[in-house]
Amino acid sequence: MWDYTDKVKDHFLHPRNVGEVEEPDGIGEVGSLACGDALRLTFKLDENKRIKDIRFKTFGCASAIASSSALTEIAKGKTLDEAEKISNQDLAEFLGGLPEEKMHCSVMGKEALEAAIANYRGEPSMKEEFEIVCKCFGITDKEIERVARENKLTTIAQVTDYTKAGGGCQSCHPKIGAILQRVSGKPAAEPAEQRLPPGKKLSNLQKIRLIEETLEREILPPIRSDGGDLELIDIDGNRVYVALRGTCSFCPHSGFTLKHFVEAKLREFVTPEIEVEEVKP
Amino acid sequence: MRTVYLDNNATTRTAPEVVEAMLPFFSDLYGNPSSMHLFGGQVQRHITAARERVAALIGAHPDEIVFTSCGTESDNAAIMGTLYSYPEKKHLVISRVEHPAVLNVAHQLQARGYRVTELGISRQGHLDLDELQAVLTSETALVSIMTANNETGVLFPVEQISAFCRERGVPFHTDAVQAVGKIPMNMRNSTIDLLSLSGHKLHAPKGVGALYIRKGTRFSPFVVGGHQEAGRRGGTENVPYIVGLGKAAEFVTNHMAEENGRVLALRDRLEKELLDRIPNTMINGDPAQRLPNTCSLSFEYIEGESILMLLSDEGICASSGSACTSGSLQPSHVLRAMGVPFTAAHGSIRFSLSVYNTEEDIDHVIRVLPPVIERLRNISPFWKDYLDGKPLSPFMVGGDAEHHVHG
Repeated sequence: MWDYTDKVKDHFLHPRNVGEVEEPDGIGEVGSLACGDALRLTFKLDENKRIKDIRFKTFGCASAIASSSALTEIAKGKTLDEAEKISNQDLAEFLGGLPEEKMHCSVMGKEALEAAIANYRGEPSMKEEFEIVCKCFGITDKEIERVARENKLTTIAQVTDYTKAGGGCQSCHPKIGAILQRVSGKPAAEPAEQRLPPGKKLSNLQKIRLIEETLEREILPPIRSDGGDLELIDIDGNRVYVALRGTCSFCPHSGFTLKHFVEAKLREFVTPEIEVEEVKP
Repeated sequence: MRTVYLDNNATTRTAPEVVEAMLPFFSDLYGNPSSMHLFGGQVQRHITAARERVAALIGAHPDEIVFTSCGTESDNAAIMGTLYSYPEKKHLVISRVEHPAVLNVAHQLQARGYRVTELGISRQGHLDLDELQAVLTSETALVSIMTANNETGVLFPVEQISAFCRERGVPFHTDAVQAVGKIPMNMRNSTIDLLSLSGHKLHAPKGVGALYIRKGTRFSPFVVGGHQEAGRRGGTENVPYIVGLGKAAEFVTNHMAEENGRVLALRDRLEKELLDRIPNTMINGDPAQRLPNTCSLSFEYIEGESILMLLSDEGICASSGSACTSGSLQPSHVLRAMGVPFTAAHGSIRFSLSVYNTEEDIDHVIRVLPPVIERLRNISPFWKDYLDGKPLSPFMVGGDAEHHVHG
C-alpha cells in the first residue's frame, strides 16, 4: 500500500474544484485513458487577468486526483505569468510529499496547466521540435530533459517515476540514459572496449561469448517481460544477425527496438562497431 | 469500523482452530522430529497426521505430499526438480497468465537457454487446447498450467491437459494454489503429475505450502539438504506450520460444500447486484468456468487504485489489476493477455470471498460501491464525454502528439 500523506488523502477524499468551467478561457488536456491517467483542466480569468475559476477532471489513482486538486488550489488567484512558474515540486510540497513512484502525477498536473495556458494564448502546446523517446507512454525527449533538470534526476528509474518514460517495454532506456548524461553534463561513460587492457582486442571467441552473455543478461529479460523474444542466428565479424520472435515479430516498433535497444546494448557491452541485422523468416 | 474482508485470493484469515492446533509446537513440543530421543521423536506423528490430512484434501497418498515453505517454493521446486531430472530436455510450456512464481522462473530459464512456449488466452480467459497439443515435442520437459487464475478465477481444464501430456509422455505440473480448498481435487482419478498448494490461501498461516508428487514421477530435490521429506526437500521440518496446514486442510475439507454453496451464492448475488446497479461494468473472465469465490469486475472510465482507496475508507478490502496497484505502469499481465478493452483495463476490481463472509458483508459492498463508482466517474473527464456520446477522442485512446505526447 502506498504511503500517502494526510494531505494527499484529504485532497483525494475531498477534492477541491472538480468539474469544468463553462466557456473557459483556457483548456488543457494531458495523458490518456489508454495510458492509465489523464487530466482535463479548464480556467477562466477575471477582469485583472487573474485566474478566477479553475477546475479539473482527472482519471487516475489517488495521487493523480490529489495532485490535480492541489494544482487548482495553488493556481487560483494567480496571473498566468505567475501560474506558469508553478513547478511539479510545488505541487508535491503542497501535498506534503508524494511517493517517488507517483511523482509523475505532479508532473501531469504541471503539464495540464501549461497546456491550458498555451491554449489561452493561442500557442501550440508543443513549441519546439521533439522526438518521442518512450513509445509506450508517448513521452518526448524535451519532457524528459526538462523534468530531469528541474528535479535533478540522475537515474533511469527516477525518470520513470517522474514521467512514466521507460516504464513499459524498456527499450528506450539507452536513450533516457543519454539524455541524463546530457543534462548532468557528466562525460559519457567509458566505452566498453576501453575497459580491456590497452592494446588488446577481443578474440573472435571472446566476442561471441560476450555477445551471448550480453543478450542473456541485458537484452532478453526486458524483451521477454513484454512477451517478445529474440534469437541469435549468426555472428560474422561485427555483424550480429538476429530473428525476432513472440510479440516482437509483429510489433511495429521492432525495428526501433533492434537499433536503439539491442544494438545500443551490444555496442555498450561488447564493442562500438557492432551492427545488428534482422533475419526475416 | 466494520472490516469486510473480500481479498481472500491474496491471503485468508488463519482459522482460530488452526492457530490453536499450532500453539503447543511453539512451546512444549519443540523437539526435532528427526531426533533419536522420544522428546523429539514424538513430534513425528503430528507431521504424519498433517500429511494424511493434506493428502486427503486432494485425494492423494500421504507419501506423495512434500511440505515446503510456500506456494512459490512448491512451484519453483516442481519446475526445477523436473528439469533437473530431464537434463537433456530444454523446452517448457506455460500459459501467459501464470502466477509470477511460474512465469518468472520460466523467464529466467529462457535467459539460460531454455525454450519457453507461453500459450495465449482468449478474451474469456480460455486456453486453446489445439495450440497446446501442437507445441508439445519430444524436447518438452514439462508443461505447467495453473488450475485457476488468481485474478479472474477462471478454471483451466487441467485434467484434459494432463491427459494430453500423459499421452505424449510429458510431465504435467499445475499451480493449484488458488484452487485447492475452494473446489474438490482428486488426484486418484487424475493424471496430474505435480501440484502446488499454499497454506495461507486456505486458512493456514503464511510460510507453509506443499507439493504433490505422483508416485513414479521423476523428481530431483530443489532445496537440497538433509533426508527430510524422504529426501525430496531438505531442511528441518517447520513443525508448527505443517501441523497448521494439516488442520487447515481438515477445515477446508469440512467447508467444501459451504464454499460451493453458500459462498458461491454470496458471490453471485454480489456480482448480479453490482452489475444491475452500476452501468458500464463487465465481468473479466468466463462467468461459467470460475472458482466459486472470485469475482473480477471492470468499471469503465475510472481507475482501480482510486476505487480501492475509497472502499478501504469504508472498511472494504479488495484488490485491483490496475497499473497503479500492480507496482508497474501497465495493467496486470492477466488483463492484458485477455485483451480487456482500454476503457476497462485500468478499472478492474477483484472481490474474493471465503467462508467467513456473510450476507451483511455483501449488503455493505452493494450499498457502498455504487456511489463510490459514481463519485469517481464524476471526477473522470471521460465519463461525461461518454454520456454525451462524444466519439473516441485522441485524449482517450492516446497516440497523437496533441494529447498523448507529454511534451
